[in-house]
Amino acid sequence: MSAEPRAPLIEPGHTFGSVTDKISAIVLGKGTRGGWWLGFAISFSLLMVLNVSIGYLLIRGVGIWGINVPVAWGYAITNFVWWIGIGHAGTLISAILLLLRQKWRTSINRFAEAMTLFAVACAGLFPLMHLGRPWLFYWLLPYPNVMGTWPQFRSPLVWDVFAVSTYATVSLLFWYVGLMPDLATLRDRARTRVTQVVYGILSMGWRGSAVHWHRYETASLLLAGLATPLVVSVHSVVSFDFAAGIIPGWHSTIFPPYFVAGAIYSGFAMVLTLAIPLRKFYGLEDFVTMRHLDNMAKVMLATGLIVAYGYMMEAFMAFYSTGIPDRYMLVNRATGPYAPVYWLLITCNIILPQMLWSRKVRQSVPMLFFLSLVVQTGMWLERFIIVVTSLHRDFLPSSWGMFYPTAWDWATFAGTVGLFLTLFFLFIRYLPMIAIFEMRGLVPESQEKAKS
Amino acid sequence: MPQVFHPSTNTISRVSIYGSFLALIVLSFALYWVGESPYYTEVNVPVDQTVPFSHRHHAGELGIDCRYCHTSVETSSFAGIPPTKTCMTCHSQIWTNSEMLEPVRLSYATGKSLVWNRVNALPDFVYFNHSIHVHKGVGCTTCHGPVADMPLTWKANTLLMGWCVECHRAPEKYVRPRAEVFNARYEPPSTFHPVTFRGRKYYEQESMGRELVKAYGVQSLTTCYTCHR
Repeated sequence: MSAEPRAPLIEPGHTFGSVTDKISAIVLGKGTRGGWWLGFAISFSLLMVLNVSIGYLLIRGVGIWGINVPVAWGYAITNFVWWIGIGHAGTLISAILLLLRQKWRTSINRFAEAMTLFAVACAGLFPLMHLGRPWLFYWLLPYPNVMGTWPQFRSPLVWDVFAVSTYATVSLLFWYVGLMPDLATLRDRARTRVTQVVYGILSMGWRGSAVHWHRYETASLLLAGLATPLVVSVHSVVSFDFAAGIIPGWHSTIFPPYFVAGAIYSGFAMVLTLAIPLRKFYGLEDFVTMRHLDNMAKVMLATGLIVAYGYMMEAFMAFYSTGIPDRYMLVNRATGPYAPVYWLLITCNIILPQMLWSRKVRQSVPMLFFLSLVVQTGMWLERFIIVVTSLHRDFLPSSWGMFYPTAWDWATFAGTVGLFLTLFFLFIRYLPMIAIFEMRGLVPESQEKAKS
Repeated sequence: MPQVFHPSTNTISRVSIYGSFLALIVLSFALYWVGESPYYTEVNVPVDQTVPFSHRHHAGELGIDCRYCHTSVETSSFAGIPPTKTCMTCHSQIWTNSEMLEPVRLSYATGKSLVWNRVNALPDFVYFNHSIHVHKGVGCTTCHGPVADMPLTWKANTLLMGWCVECHRAPEKYVRPRAEVFNARYEPPSTFHPVTFRGRKYYEQESMGRELVKAYGVQSLTTCYTCHR
C-alpha cells in the first residue's frame, strides 16, 4: 500500500461498551428479523432436500448417482474436496494469522471458524455416503475388531480419515475455547432465566478472572500451534488421494501445494461471500471494514496466482514427461468432451480474478461479492475436472467412458449447501458472530488514531 | 444480580464431564464384552435338534469315523450332512422301536429329509473349502472342538474372521499329521504325549508344525481374495 496511514480496523467513535452492545444485541435482541427467517427457511428447505437424498441413497445405494466404471468418484469426491478446502481459510485466519499477530483477523475469525466447522461437516458426509454401506464407516478406524485386521495404513484414504477427524476436532476446540469469554458476556447480559442458564452452561463458569485469562491465552496459543500445521497437512493429505494414484492427471508431485493454495483460495472466497451480506444486513460495516475486504481480496489474488502456477506446471510436466497418456490428458481436458467445463474453470479461477489487481475493484463491494462467487464456482469446477476428466479417459481406450450427473447428484450437493447455510444461520442468530472481547482489544488503538 | 447457578453446579459439571469420558470407556468395553460373549457368537451354546443326535455317543463312545457320515469332507468344499439312509444302516437293526428315532424312520419312509439346525455356518461372502484344509493337516477338532464330548453339538469357535486369520497367519501352530486329522481324541504333542510324524517323535507343536508346513506345502494365505472371492 501507499505511504498514507492505514485505515483503522474499527471505525472511530466506538467504545468498549458500544462494541459489546452492538454485537451482543444481534443475539440477545428481542424478536428475529424477517430477513433471517427468509434465509433460514430457504436453507432449511435445502437441508430437507439433503435428508431426502440421503434417505433415498440408503435405500437404493450409490447407483442413484451418475457414477460408474470408469468414473467411480464423481460428485461425491468433488464435493468432498471442495467443502474441505473451503474450511481452510477459517483455520488460516484463526491460527496462522493469530501467530503472525495480524490484528485484522479479529473481526472475521469467529465466523470464519464457524464456516470451517460447518464446511468440514458437509465435507465429511460425502466420503461416508460414497462408501456404499455408510453404516459400516467405523471399519475405517483402527480398533480391535473381530476381523483380526487393521485398516490399510498405506492407503491415503485412511490418512484422510485421520486428517479430517483431527481437523474437525481441533477446529471445534479452537472455536469453542474462543467463544467462552463471549458466551459469558451473553450470560451476563441475558434477560431471561432460560438464556442465562443456557449461555451459563455453555460458558463453563467463565468469570473473567486473571487466572482464566492466563489459561485462555495459553490454550488458544497451543491450539493455534496445533491448527497451523493442519492448514497445510489436511489438504495435502486430501491431494494424496489423487497423487498416490497412477491415473494421468493425478500422479503428480505438484498436488499438495497446489491443493493447499486452492483450498485457501476458495476458503477466502467463501469468507467474502458470507461477510459481505452479513455486514450489510446487521450493519457491521464499522467492524468488518473495507480494509478487511481489501486484505481478503489480496489473499485471494495471491493464492489464485499460486493455483495458476499449479495449472502451468501441470501442463509443463505433461509436456516435459513425454508420457503419451499424460500429454493426452492435457489435450483431452482442453479439447475433449469436458472442454467447456475446463475453459469455464480457467475463466473463473484465473482470468476473472485478475481484476483484483485493480484497487477500484477491491474497493467495490458488489464486485468483490461477484468475484467471490466466481472463484468458488471455479474451484468447484477444478475439482470436477481433476476427478472426472482424469478418470474418464485413462491408459486404455477400451475402458473409456463418460460421467453425467443425475438429479440426485445435484440434490445431494444442493442439500449440503442447505446444511451449511442452516448451521450458519443458527450460528449468527444464537452465537456472537464477531469475537466481542477481541474487538474490545482494538478499541484503544482506534480511539488514539481518531484523536491524532 | 443473583447468581445464575447454585454452588453445587461446580461439582455437577465436573462429575458430568469426567463421568461422560468414563462412561464412554465403560461403554466401549461393554460393547466389546457383548461382542465376545456367547450371547452374540453362540459359542458353547448347544443347538436343539429335532432328533437329539449325540456326537459324544456316536463319535466318542462308539468311535465311528467322522467320514462315515460326513462323506464329502475330503473331496468337496462341504463336509456333507448324511442322508437318512446313513442313519438307517444301523438303526434299521438297533433301537428300531425307540421313540426318539421316530422322525428318522418317518423320514426314511416318506423320503423327506430330516431338517437339522445348522451349528457352524459361514456367511455367503466367504469361500471356504473343507477338503483343502483336511488335506493340509487341519484336524476336525481344531475348528470343531471336542466333538467326541458333545451330547448335543455346539459351535466351538466363533468362526469370526479374526479367528480364521489367526491360523492363516501362522498355520504351523495348528497343523497335525494327516494320519491324525480324523482322530477325534488327538492331542497336540507335549512332553508326555509325543506325536510321531515320518518316524520322528515330536514333543512340541512348533518344531512339528514347521516340518508339517514344509512337508505338506502349507501356505500362509492372507490376501483378501483367498476367502472373499
